Amino acid sequence: MLLDVCRVEKSYGAGPEAVKVLNGVSFAMQAGESMALTGESGSGKSTLLHLCAGLDRADAGQVVLLGQELAGLDDAARAGLRRRHVGLVFQQFNLIPSLDVAANLSFQARLAGRDDAGWSAALTERLGLTSLMHRYPEQLSGGQQQRVAIGRALAGRPEVILADEPTGNLDEATGDAVMDLMLELVRETGAGLLMVTHSERLAARLSRRLHLSSGRVS
Amino acid sequence: MWRVALSALLSHWRRAPLQLINLLLGLALATALWSGVQAINAEARASYDRAAALLGQNRFAQLVPRDGQRVDQSVFVDLRRAGWLVSPVLEGRIRHAGDWIRVLGIDPVSAPAGLAPASTASPEAFAGFFTPPGLAFAAPETVAALSDATGLPRVEPAEGLLPGVLIMDIGIAQELLGASDMISRLVLWPRQPEFRTPLEAVAPQLVEKAPQGQADVARLTDSFHLNLTAFGFLAFAVGLFIVHGTIGLAFEQRRVMFRTLRALGLPLRGLIVLLAVEVLLLALVAGVVGVALGYVIAAALLPDVAATLGGLYGAEVSGSLSLRPVWWGGGLAMSVLGAAVAAGQSLWRLARLPLLAPAQPRAWARASGTGMAVQTGLAALLGLVALGLAQWGGGLIAGFAMLGALLLGAALSLPGVLSALLGMAERGARGVLAGWFWADTRQQVPGLSLALMALLLALAANVGVSTMVGSFRLTFTGWLDQRLASELYVTARNGPEAARLRAFLEPRSDAVLPIWNVTGALMGAPGQVYGVADHPTYRDHWPLLQAAPDVWDRVATGNAALINEQLARREGLAPGDSVTLPGGTALSIAGIYSDYGNPQGQAMIAVDRLAALYPDVPRLRFAVRLPPAQVPGLIRALTTDFGLPRDNLTDQATIKAFSLGVFEQTFAVTAALNVLTMAVAGLAMLTSLLTLAGMRVPQLAPVWALGLTRARLARLELARAVMLAALTMVLAIPVGLLLAWALLAVVNVAAFGWRLPMHLFPLDWLWLGGLSLMAAGLAAAWPAFRLARMAPADLLKVFANER
Amino acid sequence: MNVRLIALLICLAGAAFAQGFAGLGTTSDGFATPQRGHALQFPADHGAHPDYRIEWWYLTANLTGADGRDYGVQWTLFRSALAPEGGTGWRTPQIWMGHAGLTTPDRHFVGERLARGGIGQAGVTAQPFEAWIDDWRMAGTGDAALSELTLRATGMEFAFDLSLLAEGPLVLQGDAGYSVKSAGGQASYYYSQPGYAVTGELTLPEGKMPVTGQAWLDREWSSQPLAADQDGWDWVSLHFDSGDKLMGFQLRDTRGGAYTSGTWSGAAGDVVPFDDGQLTMTPLDSAQVAGRKLPIRWRLELPARGLDIQIAAQNRNAWMGTLFPYWEGPVGITGSHTGRGYLEMTGYQ
Repeated sequence: MLLDVCRVEKSYGAGPEAVKVLNGVSFAMQAGESMALTGESGSGKSTLLHLCAGLDRADAGQVVLLGQELAGLDDAARAGLRRRHVGLVFQQFNLIPSLDVAANLSFQARLAGRDDAGWSAALTERLGLTSLMHRYPEQLSGGQQQRVAIGRALAGRPEVILADEPTGNLDEATGDAVMDLMLELVRETGAGLLMVTHSERLAARLSRRLHLSSGRVS
Repeated sequence: MWRVALSALLSHWRRAPLQLINLLLGLALATALWSGVQAINAEARASYDRAAALLGQNRFAQLVPRDGQRVDQSVFVDLRRAGWLVSPVLEGRIRHAGDWIRVLGIDPVSAPAGLAPASTASPEAFAGFFTPPGLAFAAPETVAALSDATGLPRVEPAEGLLPGVLIMDIGIAQELLGASDMISRLVLWPRQPEFRTPLEAVAPQLVEKAPQGQADVARLTDSFHLNLTAFGFLAFAVGLFIVHGTIGLAFEQRRVMFRTLRALGLPLRGLIVLLAVEVLLLALVAGVVGVALGYVIAAALLPDVAATLGGLYGAEVSGSLSLRPVWWGGGLAMSVLGAAVAAGQSLWRLARLPLLAPAQPRAWARASGTGMAVQTGLAALLGLVALGLAQWGGGLIAGFAMLGALLLGAALSLPGVLSALLGMAERGARGVLAGWFWADTRQQVPGLSLALMALLLALAANVGVSTMVGSFRLTFTGWLDQRLASELYVTARNGPEAARLRAFLEPRSDAVLPIWNVTGALMGAPGQVYGVADHPTYRDHWPLLQAAPDVWDRVATGNAALINEQLARREGLAPGDSVTLPGGTALSIAGIYSDYGNPQGQAMIAVDRLAALYPDVPRLRFAVRLPPAQVPGLIRALTTDFGLPRDNLTDQATIKAFSLGVFEQTFAVTAALNVLTMAVAGLAMLTSLLTLAGMRVPQLAPVWALGLTRARLARLELARAVMLAALTMVLAIPVGLLLAWALLAVVNVAAFGWRLPMHLFPLDWLWLGGLSLMAAGLAAAWPAFRLARMAPADLLKVFANER
Repeated sequence: MNVRLIALLICLAGAAFAQGFAGLGTTSDGFATPQRGHALQFPADHGAHPDYRIEWWYLTANLTGADGRDYGVQWTLFRSALAPEGGTGWRTPQIWMGHAGLTTPDRHFVGERLARGGIGQAGVTAQPFEAWIDDWRMAGTGDAALSELTLRATGMEFAFDLSLLAEGPLVLQGDAGYSVKSAGGQASYYYSQPGYAVTGELTLPEGKMPVTGQAWLDREWSSQPLAADQDGWDWVSLHFDSGDKLMGFQLRDTRGGAYTSGTWSGAAGDVVPFDDGQLTMTPLDSAQVAGRKLPIRWRLELPARGLDIQIAAQNRNAWMGTLFPYWEGPVGITGSHTGRGYLEMTGYQ
């Protein structure tokens, strides 16, 4: 089991104004599985994704990532886990503005010591980024940026890929192309994918679907 | 509409109080240093004006003896009886409690209207003024200082007099100064009868001197004040860097608001007017605070300045500060002007902004490469200007202009140089993290460049000035050791006592050397001529810079003179040329000696020749050579057996300490301004980092998400600031050394007339480097700490849709 | 005369307006005072009397130029003692003041000099006679004392050089030189040489002007010549065409009254003093001069001599704008007698 989420709760704010976003969410994800996480705006999709990545802490419940209970890990250990085993794609601002495309692509893999030149080259080729390698993020279009972000997430062959509306900022055609690519790569690497989306069409292309509503999944 | 719009614009500052503080503080500090310096200058100039107005020297021409010596008062009667409307003045000094008091004896009856202080011309005071013991007038502080003096007339306070000056009747003064029937000079009435005997026929020993709009001392001290002004301006420039950065940021961050306001119907011109009003208001607030701070700074520094001017130039400057419109008005104007300069670019850009331009704040920290290229080009141009000025410029103004071009050029080139260095580091980096660190640092340079430029200016100024002062101190102490070879210096109270003193000293010491001098015009400017005995004390020790062969033998013949470096440089004289002494005697120059701390020209001739040329030379001072161990005994003998007042004895150690004291004071103000400039630069660093911190989150969040802890990122941020400061420091050292060279070889020569060898003080640089790293570290510590403690949710907002 | 007490007493100027003109009404503690019956000694009394507070050598001349126009010249040296005790050099408690006036029909030139005694800038010696301040000088020729004088003064834009030859003896005013100045008995020593023949040269901005004419010298010294309630005076010295001379003055008091006195010196050598009340002086016309109203035409009556004349200023602007200002200038005489003379008026506000 790659990811096991059990009765997770999360609130924002404090006291009487606190808003409970997640109220006992449980699910599990196996290797090779691709899951869509859907729900209304503000239903807590991104929050749940962030908890799974160890970017934030749950108020209650357990998140077990690759056999490690995240609540029991300190900041450094969680960062290490993320670095080595998790690929992250956000809706925007994924890239490090001071690094060019090549450096951005290889950043996490090199950080984790999992750099593989052959795989990176293939990935670059597949993502159609070869001609953009020496550009900087600000010089790229939104679709190009997201392709770089996906390439970076996959470059270290992570066990778990967590994506938060990776195509949300893209037009449908570009979004579909990016999506095709991601699914293809997930299949090739055998990673698990958890992807937040509000698109029924995209959700339908994944192997499982979780719907988040009133702080719970169904 | 206007009020709504203005309140919308101002709401920005409520949301960004740090920026507001940054802006106000930067502007206030810049104004404070500037107006503080101006306040000091204004106070000193006011004192000079009072000195110039003393006895109407600024309005009345004078007849002065050609040789600078006193003349018999019969000259006065002769001139009067030949139809000249003149009034005699006797000038001299008395010693009280270790200080010199300048005594001015006047004759209010023959004086032109407005010469004497009004209180001396009051009829009620008249009889008491003439009649022994007489009545003297002085500034209130001098009256207080003289309260325990004996042997003086009754002293009353009078307005408008300089401290340290005592005005009394000429008859009373003659007695007090032991100058019976003698006068120093004559004041000419502004209107003279048409029918009078020519001056040459009555008093050929006198020469007419035009009224002096400014006292000699004002001319002498010009360089000192220019120096202060230059530092004040430097500090202002450093402060302006902060203001420019902050205003630019505040404009960028409000672009969305500007667009919205315009979309809602506020005309562009109205928006610009509102923003200009906002800047003006802020500038005025900051200006008032700055002027108040400037007053505090000036009040704190003025005593040192007064002591310097007194010690170095003999200029009496009042130690108390008054609020003069010339500097507080100037301070406010500088504040507004500075803000206008800082805001001009932003307003210009706004005026050209299309209504629907992207409202997304332009990545402010990401200045375009062309901007940097332009800046680097400008820096190169300034470098060329500095080089040209060093090569072909002359005089103090050119010297300071060169310094300005050098510093500004160095500051402007900093972002380009840093960027290039960091690019090299990035390319050479091994690890991915190191690569990112360098790349990211390079990207921070434009955002931090204003603060870093300020830091560079402050550091370079610091290195330059401390190198100059240090070089000067080394040279000066060595020179003092040479120059003050005698163990004891004594001054008799009058001629007969001097003769007895000499007779008393001769059997009790190895040598008694006369130190007699006359003052007068040396090649057209005030100077002194000293008499020197032919003695090993001089032959072995006197600090000669250039000398003809057998220099001392030639001086001993009485037909050759030594002149000081100042005179040689001013007049372009070299050994072999001739120098004209007061009275017109010309002697050939046998050598040139260094004479630090003295702004005037000086010549030395054989003492017998001095006595022959100037029979009336006061023969009161002697240097005494004897084994150091015997000095205390001789001092005891002189005070108890001979009865010489202790004030009239100075041992070598005391005079050295005094000279060094004057020296330290001279640079105390420079040092203080330096420290303040450093503080402003440190503040610039802190505020820049704080304002950048907010913009850093989107840049750091991806790195954090990819697996770097916040603590690690914070440490890297800290390291980045320290590293940038370190690089800046490294670059500041050569700039500072260039500055020191310019100060020593150009400015000092023009300002004081002496050139000093340059010494290097690497330990000082280390210390300064450590200090600047610490300052940068401290400045970066708070933003780094906040980053380390930042809630993940705040970092995650970067990625979230719900932003 | 006398009462040309101008000035001096610089040291008491502050009190001058409270107590009579130029401080002449203050008490004279420590100074010598004139005594009736004291015989004047010449030439010694031509010199200075430093034990008296004030003293002057006062010369006025009515001149005619080569151009036929009337000119007037005044030359005065005042001495004022700050203290009765002596001292030497700068400590000498004496202040000297010189006034020179040159009046043409249309212009009036003024010169003023101030000096301290004791250093040689100003002083008077009796034998040989010399009175000087700066380059101004009145000196006897040889041993001639006052009978033969040369006189010189310079101003910013004028100068005069005159030779004077006495045509008669000295006249002792009042009671053998003891001249009473008020009903209260204030007095001075006072003598005159009323008749000099003058030749010489004036230097004016336009050039030099040879002149001839008559001059009158007054010598007076005292320590307190004015009563405390006297605030000014009008004084005349008149040369009649008959060869007779008249000196007359009135001292005005604060109540509007006046104390008058005078001396008639006949061409035949007869000298007759007049007591208070015999001479009357009545202002006829006033003019605005130097910001104040001054009578520039007078009627003088002396019934004892059958005198009823009018005197009128030759140049009404003869204002002496000196430290202690007053009016002094030449006048023409019409009426029972004709001639010319000098008028002095002080104390007009």
